[in-house]
Amino acid sequence: MSTPAVTDKRAGSLRGASLPKWFPLAVVVGSVAVAVAIGLGAGLDSKVQWGLIAAVLAVLVTYVVASRVEGRRQAKDRIATSLVWVCFLVAVVPLASLIWATAKRGVKVLDGYFLSHSMAGVADTEPGGGIYHALLGTLEQVGLATLIAVPIGVLTAIYLVEYGRGGLAKAVTFFVDVMTGIPSIVAGLFVLSFWILILKMGYSGFAGSLALAILMMPVVVRSTEEMLKLVPNELREASLALGVPKWRTILKVVLPTSIGGIATGVMLSIARITGETAPVLLLVWGTNFINTNPFKDPQGSLPLYIYQQYANSSGSGAAYDRAWAAALTLIAFVMILNLVARGIARWKAPKTGR
Amino acid sequence: MAKRIDVSGLTAYYGSHKAIEDISMTVEPRSVTAFIGPSGCGKSTFLRTLNRMHEVTPGGRVEGKVMLDSEDLYGAGVDPVSVRREVGMVFQRPNPFPTMSIFDNVAAGLRLNGNYKKSQLNDIVEKSLKGANLWNEVKDRLNKPGSGLSGGQQQRLCIARAIAVEPKVLLMDEPCSALDPISTLAIEDLIGELKERFTIVIVTHNMQQAARVSDRTAFFNLAAVGQPGRLIEIDDTERIFSNPSVQATEDYISGRFG
Repeated sequence: MSTPAVTDKRAGSLRGASLPKWFPLAVVVGSVAVAVAIGLGAGLDSKVQWGLIAAVLAVLVTYVVASRVEGRRQAKDRIATSLVWVCFLVAVVPLASLIWATAKRGVKVLDGYFLSHSMAGVADTEPGGGIYHALLGTLEQVGLATLIAVPIGVLTAIYLVEYGRGGLAKAVTFFVDVMTGIPSIVAGLFVLSFWILILKMGYSGFAGSLALAILMMPVVVRSTEEMLKLVPNELREASLALGVPKWRTILKVVLPTSIGGIATGVMLSIARITGETAPVLLLVWGTNFINTNPFKDPQGSLPLYIYQQYANSSGSGAAYDRAWAAALTLIAFVMILNLVARGIARWKAPKTGR
Repeated sequence: MAKRIDVSGLTAYYGSHKAIEDISMTVEPRSVTAFIGPSGCGKSTFLRTLNRMHEVTPGGRVEGKVMLDSEDLYGAGVDPVSVRREVGMVFQRPNPFPTMSIFDNVAAGLRLNGNYKKSQLNDIVEKSLKGANLWNEVKDRLNKPGSGLSGGQQQRLCIARAIAVEPKVLLMDEPCSALDPISTLAIEDLIGELKERFTIVIVTHNMQQAARVSDRTAFFNLAAVGQPGRLIEIDDTERIFSNPSVQATEDYISGRFG
């Protein structure tokens, strides 16, 4: 019996040297200070460069100090932690700055008047006007798309998880995956050629809904499928063993157990299509007037409105402000949907407590 | 209302893999029959063929006959759903429905099948919970979620749920393997009471448990890994544990293998 030679200098002791708790914070503050100093000294304009310098400095200093004081394993742990933090910031900073910029510029003209009036009789360069027609159009188009896509999507997912075996299920899964990758303009062109050019239907909100539904369906199928797969098989067996038919088991046990997740998936898919511009541009056409009927004649739409106000602004501040305010409304709408989804998920989640 | 089960020449497959081969036995009404044997010998598979749960597994299929009194469960035109209403099942891990309260869990079988009178529901739930020795512990919180109970209570809740639909036979697949000794004792006592009304078949890895609760014991074994499981012998529990007729049974019970 030979024991392997122990090379660790702290052999025999479970305690090692460790850096104080404030060390990471001190490194970050120090790196930022140094980065600001370098940035000012070297005359770097871009704040992005400052941030990158600070990030690289923080990671390097952490590693060097930690490996000298604590040892290599702890240093690796710290470097992994700091990399995760840097990645988190890199992901969050653009998002936060986007929301901040939109909110700052959007609130200028965003008020009750803006939400309740259309652009009828308002030239693009004039102040005034609003997004009522576009908001209405978006709500109707997204609502119709949801009505089409959600039942089909959820039923497809139920088929795939609960019934699908063999070739057909594989084919459906494959095509759903392919559909996930369809660019929105292609979905728009498909409906354009089929609905408007071949069937000779006019431009309408509904035509847009068809394209949006095509985009929405694979997202609904995928998310619902994942949620249904999470339902433990034991629950299905428990229900079947009580002599409950399979369809009732799915309806009364499987779906209620996963409804929170399914609702979240649906809300996220709605959020995804709400911002689509291309199909709306091709199929709904856009108008400055209020058209409450989504089945006849062009309608407005928020993403389209933003694009048009920006494109037609010809340097006018008024149109520019309206575009930002509409963008803010769109973001707020999507955010509210997400909050609603989270609320539903929490409310419907299987209860634990006593 | 308990019924006799008469199995003859039963072979079950998972796809092309033969899991159990040529099993024949009789399970007497109002008795407890225990299945023992090493892991993977097909006890659970055999149990699941008795209420047609085996075919729920993808690729699962069965050959042979299972007579419930005078009806063949695998006969032409037999609806597996009605078979499962006659032959209830309790699983290894307690699996109450997480979205339902204690009351709803017990009422689930009746509600989901849709054949009950509203006025009777309260009585049936109370009777079933009392039957499962759980009533006193949960009567004040019937509207709380079933997943908030302890493991042993959850398992008794599952038993209450299974007996609420008044099956003729109750199958139990290692009902105590996830429970502590006290909960196990509670469930063993319960099995003793339930056998007055139901035919009970229980799979267990615990030989003392088989000796304690069962009237008859069946020993399953497989010749080698990958071979189908077979019924080695079935006899009165007392005989199996004192003087089995097959050497393999004695070896298994005395711990010489498996």
